[in-house]
Amino acid sequence: MPDLSTFADTAVSPAELRGFLHGLPPVDQVGAEERAARLATRSIKKSAKAYAIDLAISMVDLTTLEGADTPGKVRALCAKAAHPDPADASAPKVAAVCVYSDLVGEAVRALDGTGIGVASVATAFPSGRAPLDAKLADTRRAIDDGASEIDMVIDRGAFLAGDHRKVFDEIVAIKAECGDAHLKVILETGELATYDNVRRASWLAMLAGADFIKTSTGKVSPAATLPVTLIMLEAVRDFRAATGRQVGVKPAGGIRTTKDAVKYLVLVNETAGPDWLTPDWFRLGASSLLNDLLMQRHKLTTGVYGGPDYFTLD
Amino acid sequence: MSERLSVRKTYKLFIGGAFPRSESGRTVIVNDAKGRFLANAARASRKDVRDAVVAARKAQAGWAARTGYNRGQILYRVAEMLEGRRGQFVEELRGAGLGKTAAAVEVDAAIDRWVWYAGWADKIAQVTGSANAVSGPFFNFSTPEPTGVVGVIAPDSPLLGLVSVLAPVVVTGNTAVVVASESAPLPAITLAEVLATSDVPGGVINLLTGHRAELAPWLASHQDVNAIDLTGAPGDLAADCERAAADNLKRVHRPGDADWSADPGTARMTAFLETKTVWHPVGV
Repeated sequence: MPDLSTFADTAVSPAELRGFLHGLPPVDQVGAEERAARLATRSIKKSAKAYAIDLAISMVDLTTLEGADTPGKVRALCAKAAHPDPADASAPKVAAVCVYSDLVGEAVRALDGTGIGVASVATAFPSGRAPLDAKLADTRRAIDDGASEIDMVIDRGAFLAGDHRKVFDEIVAIKAECGDAHLKVILETGELATYDNVRRASWLAMLAGADFIKTSTGKVSPAATLPVTLIMLEAVRDFRAATGRQVGVKPAGGIRTTKDAVKYLVLVNETAGPDWLTPDWFRLGASSLLNDLLMQRHKLTTGVYGGPDYFTLD
Repeated sequence: MSERLSVRKTYKLFIGGAFPRSESGRTVIVNDAKGRFLANAARASRKDVRDAVVAARKAQAGWAARTGYNRGQILYRVAEMLEGRRGQFVEELRGAGLGKTAAAVEVDAAIDRWVWYAGWADKIAQVTGSANAVSGPFFNFSTPEPTGVVGVIAPDSPLLGLVSVLAPVVVTGNTAVVVASESAPLPAITLAEVLATSDVPGGVINLLTGHRAELAPWLASHQDVNAIDLTGAPGDLAADCERAAADNLKRVHRPGDADWSADPGTARMTAFLETKTVWHPVGV
């Protein structure tokens, strides 16, 4: 492995970057899928399940990314983020609320004093097809409005065309714009075609300064899958071993049930390790997942099965 | 010629239009009236109840949105399929202890009962709905709407009793999660095979076999079940279920002992209907 400190220097040549990314060990596809499937069979019950549910709730980035989002819907979502189960004050609050950049101001006002972060998608989410100026302006606006986290999308077209340097420079530029805000880099693994590309994109994002790497926008199928998350968790583990810097992981999209969420937590614990089992280093991007977590929590605390009628829709 | 190996049926559950084994992997031995082994039936667990309720909930809106006429057609189709499996039902009822003639009479009665209820699909609104006289320029009318997901604890009459509690629930647009007779569950699963091949959308009717005392409380306490029919629950169990059902104000139907051969009337249908009244302004 080359000296990683050279990558902090923007003078590193496209050929060197390409050489490094393509020099990463290839992913054993069958092995990764088998490992992820094996870990998904772990049985988590009773007190361990209760712990996992509360941990998962505290890791949720409660998300609404629809064209039809209104300020009212964002306020409702923020109220839910602060008090997921109004009938049970012991339910933890979520980690952050994730909205489009023009609604950041609304979310910041609604979450004032709760300690819940406001994440904004930026850089021409979800396609990432816009000039760099527009992406920077998008990010700046979100930061100015008070976003504490930025979820940017990479330029998949450039990545797939082999122009790693362009992707790298964009991430560096956005990171510079972020200031103190956390930068989550969305790889959109559903469009990267191979697991090898997921590994390369993960390293590329981390080298460029990402604080988090995120699987997907949720607008492309397949969104988050267990094998892809496994590969990204391996990447952050290896990256920390190589550089000493810890990077978080956020699977997003398609995680709808408590069972799914618990599978991801097992994967984190067994792959990256317990250091990542906190909302600071692992997040779940989801919207409908929260209701299922709350229903399962209700079942554990009351002993009867809950119904969706008793939880808010959004 | 060697003797053929016997090909025996695996009796499974019926959830969401599919035939899964119990999540728990358990089975119960079903014996005939003389104590001879008949088959292993699946012994459902609370998680099968949960899955069945999810399936029933998913199917409910679509089933209720169909016209009564269409629901009637589909249920009549069930009766046609029942007719085609007459011999099999007679055999199974004989296994459950009925004589040859009695079994045939019961199958006939069950098919007739099903057809009778199917006919109500597009008529119940006319009978239970009304146009109401009000003091004002309004056309005021009441129409029946299905209650939603109904849990049914079926009685021990393995076919006629089952049909008599199940048909009135689904004919009006409810979906059902049925706990079949504990002593004679096999005809219920054969009925499920009929349902699976007769255009009834998956999830509208879900049939579970196993121990009533184990399953009924979960159904009664489930917050996403709107009503429960305790016909087949013995006294103590029914009382417990009724208490659990009160938590989310389920409708509870708990009739006394029924004579399944008697004229059923509309009581079982109206037990799982809600009345919606609309005030509509008329010409000013």
